[in-house]
Amino acid sequence: MNQQELNSRISEIKNKVTAIEQKADNRIYIPCEAGNSYAVCKFLFEDVGARFCTATGIDSDDCFEVLYHFSYDRTGCVITVKAFIRDRKNPAIESITPFLPAAEWIEREIHDVLGIDFINHPNLKRLILADDWPQGVYPLRKEVKK
Amino acid sequence: MKKEVKKPVLAVGPFHPLQEEMEFFQLTLDGEKVTDIDVRLSYNHRGIEKISETLQFDQIPYLISRICGICSASHPLAYVQAVEELAGIKPPPRALYVRTIINELERIHSHLLWVGLGGHFIGYDTVFMWAWKYREPVLDLLEEITGNRNNYGNVRVGGCREDVPNELIPKILKELDEIEKKTEMLTKAVLDDPVLHARLKGVGILKKEDAIRYAVTGPTARGSGVDIDVRRDDPYAAYGELDWKVIVQQEGDVFAKAVVRLLETFESIKIVRQALKKLPDGPITAEVREIPPGEAVGHAEAPRGETFHYVRSDGGNRPIRHKVRAPSYVNVPSFKASCIGQDIADVTLTLAAVDPCYSCTERLAVVDRCNNITHTYETILQLSRQKTTKIMKELGVQGLKMEDLRIG
Repeated sequence: MNQQELNSRISEIKNKVTAIEQKADNRIYIPCEAGNSYAVCKFLFEDVGARFCTATGIDSDDCFEVLYHFSYDRTGCVITVKAFIRDRKNPAIESITPFLPAAEWIEREIHDVLGIDFINHPNLKRLILADDWPQGVYPLRKEVKK
Repeated sequence: MKKEVKKPVLAVGPFHPLQEEMEFFQLTLDGEKVTDIDVRLSYNHRGIEKISETLQFDQIPYLISRICGICSASHPLAYVQAVEELAGIKPPPRALYVRTIINELERIHSHLLWVGLGGHFIGYDTVFMWAWKYREPVLDLLEEITGNRNNYGNVRVGGCREDVPNELIPKILKELDEIEKKTEMLTKAVLDDPVLHARLKGVGILKKEDAIRYAVTGPTARGSGVDIDVRRDDPYAAYGELDWKVIVQQEGDVFAKAVVRLLETFESIKIVRQALKKLPDGPITAEVREIPPGEAVGHAEAPRGETFHYVRSDGGNRPIRHKVRAPSYVNVPSFKASCIGQDIADVTLTLAAVDPCYSCTERLAVVDRCNNITHTYETILQLSRQKTTKIMKELGVQGLKMEDLRIG
C-alpha cells in the first residue's frame, strides 16, 4: 500500500473522527473523541496493519488527551490518534490492550502519572510509581509543581 | 481441609550495577519450566519527561543523551528531528552525514557489547573478552570526534556540535578495516561453532505474530521475520543516500537475534565508510530562531530498535510535553511470549537476547516459596553454563578457545 492508498484507507473512518490532518510529510494526526478511539485504533492495527509505537498522555488544562502513535512502516508514515477526554473529574477511555498487548505498559503508565482510567484493561496495576506513592497524586498533571 | 499449593516463584532482579535499567522479573515455575512471567520496573525512574518540560529546547539534548549510556546518540537524534520538523528547520548536508557516522559507530559498539555479554551468560568468556576488546577502538574514535566515549552530546537542533575533521577520516577508515576483520573472525567463530548452534537454536522463540502483537522493534523484530527498520522505512540523516541492507532472520530464537546483530555490524561499517567518502563540505549547523507552537514526532533506529519522541510546543522556549519511548519498553513485554514454556537455564539467555537485560541477570535471586530456599544470581548463571557444558559433552567437542580467535 503506498501513501495514496493509505490516505484513502484512513478516510474510511472519517465519520468516527473530527478531522484527518497531515502536518508534515509522512505525519498524519487524527483527532477524535475518547469514545471513538478504540474503534479507530483497532481499525489502524487490524485493518490497515500499522505498528503500535506508544501512547502519550497529556494534561491540556480543559481536557486530557491520550495520543496513540502508530507507524505504517511500508511508507514510514507515523499516524497519531488524538483522543480527547472531556471529563476532567473522572477521566476514562477504553483500553486498547485487549486486542493489542503492546499497549499494556503504556496504558498502565498513563494511569499512574495522569490518573486516567482505562476501561477493560486486563491488568491496570501500578507500573512506574512506587508502591508507597500516595493515592490520588498524579505527577504529570499540571497542578503538580515542576 | 484443602491446602493451597503455592507455585514456586523465581525472582529476577531488581538491582543491577552495570546498566541504568533496573527491572524485576517474577517467573512462576512448574518444575524447571516457566509458566508465567510478571515484570515490575521503574526502580530508577528519573522523571526525565517532567524535567524536560523545565528546560529550553536547546538544553534538552544534553538531558536526554543521559537516558541511556549506550544509546546516547539515537535518543537526542530522535528528539532534534521532532523539533526540526516542528520548526521546519533543515540541517545542512554535512550535519546529516556526521549524524549518520556517529549513530552507526554507536551501533557497532553496542552490538559488540551484546555479543560479549551473550557469550558470558553461556560460559563463553573468551567471546566476552574478545568482543569487548574489539569494541574499545570504536569508543576511542567516538572520543576523538565528540570528546566523549559515551554521552557524546553531539546533536543539536539544526545540526551538530562537533564535526568529523577531514584529517581524521583516514584514521577512521583504517580502524574500520581492523574492526571489520576482527568482527568477521568473531562472527565466523560463532556461526561455525556446533555448541552454540545446539545451545542457542530453538531457544526463546518469539513468533512473528507475537512480535507484531507486542510491537517489538529493532533486532528483536528482525530476528523474528518482521522486516522493519526506521533508517530505511522513514529515512533520516543520510541513510536514504547510502547503500546498505536490512538484515532479517525468520527463526525468532536467540541464535537468529545474534546473527542479526553480528551481520548488522558489517552493514554499519559499510554505512560509515560510505558516509566518510561522501561527506559533503560546508557548515554543520543551521540557524535556529523560534520554535513555533505545534506538535511533532521524531523517531530513529537505535541499536536496540526504534526510539520514539513526541514534542509539543506552545510557542515558548520550552516544550509543554515531551514523550520518550525507548525500544526496550516494547521489547521487554514480549518475554510473555518468548519465556513461557522455557527452562530456567534458558531464561537468562532469552531475556538477554532482547538486549536490555544484563540488568536482570547480574543480580538474580531464586525464591522457592514452598521450601523457602533462596538461590543467588551465581546459581542461575551456573545453570545456564552447565547446560552449555552438557551440550559440549554430548557433542564431544570443546568450546571456543583463545587460540581459535587469534587473527592469522
